[in-house]
Amino acid sequence: MAIITEKALPSLPPPAHTVGFKAWAKQNLFATPTNSVITVLMVLFILWALIPVVQWAFIDADWAGTKRTDCTSGGACWAFTLVRFNQFIYGFYPEAEQWRVNVAALILAVGLGLLMYKKTPAKAYIGLFMVIIYPVIAFILLRGGFFDLPVVETSKWGGLTLTLVLSIVGIVASLPLGILLALGRRSELPIIRSLCIAFIELWRGVPLITVLFMASVMLPLFLPEGTSFDKLLRALIGITLFEAAYLAEVVRSGLQAIPKGQYEAGKALGLSYWQSTGLVILPQALKLVIPGIVNTFISLFKDTSLVMIIGLFDLLNIVQIAAADPIWLGSQVEGFVFAAIVYWMFCFGMSRYSQYLERQLNTGHKR
Amino acid sequence: MENNVAIQLIGVNKWYGEFHVLRDVNLNVERGERIVICGPSGSGKSTMIRCINRLEEHQQGQIIVDNVELTNDLKNIDQIRREVGMVFQHFNLFPHLTVLENCCLAPMWVRKVPRKEAERVAMEYLEKVKIPHQAKKYPGQLSGGQQQRVAIARSLCMNPRIMLFDEPTSALDPEMIKEVLDTMIELAESGMTMLCVTHEMGFAKTVADRVIFMDGGQVIEMNTPDEFFNHPQHERTQLFLSQILAH
Ligand SMILES: Nc1ncnc2c1ncn2[C@@H]1O[C@H](COP(=O)(O)OP(=O)(O)O)[C@@H](O)[C@H]1O
Ligand SMILES: [Mg+2]
Repeated sequence: MAIITEKALPSLPPPAHTVGFKAWAKQNLFATPTNSVITVLMVLFILWALIPVVQWAFIDADWAGTKRTDCTSGGACWAFTLVRFNQFIYGFYPEAEQWRVNVAALILAVGLGLLMYKKTPAKAYIGLFMVIIYPVIAFILLRGGFFDLPVVETSKWGGLTLTLVLSIVGIVASLPLGILLALGRRSELPIIRSLCIAFIELWRGVPLITVLFMASVMLPLFLPEGTSFDKLLRALIGITLFEAAYLAEVVRSGLQAIPKGQYEAGKALGLSYWQSTGLVILPQALKLVIPGIVNTFISLFKDTSLVMIIGLFDLLNIVQIAAADPIWLGSQVEGFVFAAIVYWMFCFGMSRYSQYLERQLNTGHKR
Repeated sequence: MENNVAIQLIGVNKWYGEFHVLRDVNLNVERGERIVICGPSGSGKSTMIRCINRLEEHQQGQIIVDNVELTNDLKNIDQIRREVGMVFQHFNLFPHLTVLENCCLAPMWVRKVPRKEAERVAMEYLEKVKIPHQAKKYPGQLSGGQQQRVAIARSLCMNPRIMLFDEPTSALDPEMIKEVLDTMIELAESGMTMLCVTHEMGFAKTVADRVIFMDGGQVIEMNTPDEFFNHPQHERTQLFLSQILAH
């Protein structure tokens, strides 16, 4: 039997019970009896776990005081973190010079903010400024020795400042190196390929703590007598080479996902190897592995705390030292909670930004 | 030395490992000639045209394109690739670039054309392939037929003297094949030297000057379309034609 539809049906609004909070809750939280029971149990569990934390951190907390015994309410002794806050941020950087750290951080924040904001004009120039000129400015500000700025030895740098210096330099220096290593590992030239494989496998096979220890204790033994080599610089080189090996493998996985046709189209159009790598292959490969790259950055950020074994005072180390002060004895938990919150804020920020970036770069090409 | 020969293959042999994929291939293509290459799958059609712009390397014989011989000299390879455009079965557009950027990339970086000029030329070619209004879109947002037409425009933006097509319509839904073929017919009428691997026999009949039939890595038969379709000489050609014309 033939069916013929003569009239197009109008589009109607969805039935009322499929929209709004009540509908959402019904669909997601109370869809079946089992579902409802699980929801109730989970809510009870969250309350059971959360109430003591809130009690400790806020209700019973002490905010004022100059020594541990001033904290008498039985909750968190935030007085400790407040009194030592300056040290947590700047380490042993002289107070009179701390404005220099602030200026460097401010330029960094403004630069990054402009780069992340979608509609900023002339992003390429800001990017070049941040990658080429800013490191010089930051170095002059932090270290001093130019324009009447007194020298602040790197051994005085510490706290969050040092953590950020280590991780930002590590991130910025290891990414290009990792990309080159990944390209080298896929090179058609056997010597380059073998060298890259050897480098990657060597550095990936060693714990970071060993690398740092070797950089700090063993490297001086091999250097000619009398050459001294900044300890922070040695740690930075160790971290950079170590992370570059990891990033190389992340980037390589992205390179492998690019279809052969992309290389062929580049060649057929007459693009050189470096042109098609830089303009066609890498933009796609890096976009694919943003989650992996950011994952590596996040772990790098937290791994910088390992520099404590070579006697650098990063955020975690300085918190630990402060908590060992006899007048604050027993304040370790507060110190570590503070450090954890700071680490978390930075790592979560990176994670959110990477998700935002992935969405921005999505060009509707789903495979 | 300027002469009328666009492409010359002289005794070309190629192996993939032990596998002898091209066997003594000889071919002369004159400027402005349109050649259609057909043959069963695996007969070496793609390999042959990919040797012409050195996506594959031949091991024996000579390939001379636009009076430049393909050797290991990178300068020659670069020069030839600038003059030879290629359109692939799977388009191979750059998914992270817009249609316009796809078209401007090579002219800007290889030919060093300023961006404004490159965009103007790109829009001209996009107009020719009838998709100027999609210029700001990404390839992933276009249909297969549209993507293939962009790929043709992208090649033309380099102003090539020779165009190679490797089964440009085989990955397309039937209703999109015509729009791509129309673009190719227009290009053929403009006097472009073209080598097309295709099984679109209607296209071969309308535009080809010569049809080549390949099998087992050899050129089995080469003739005008008229002769080729009406009086195929070799029995393998006859068999092939009976198979593809059957449906
Ligand atoms: N990269 C390669 N390595 C080894 N064998 C290949 C390669 N590319 C193609 N071949 C083989 O060479 C033969 C010819 O391939 P191809 O030129 O793609 O044929 P056609 O395009 O005519 O279908 C096929 O048998 C194919 O399996
Ligand atoms: Mg083929």
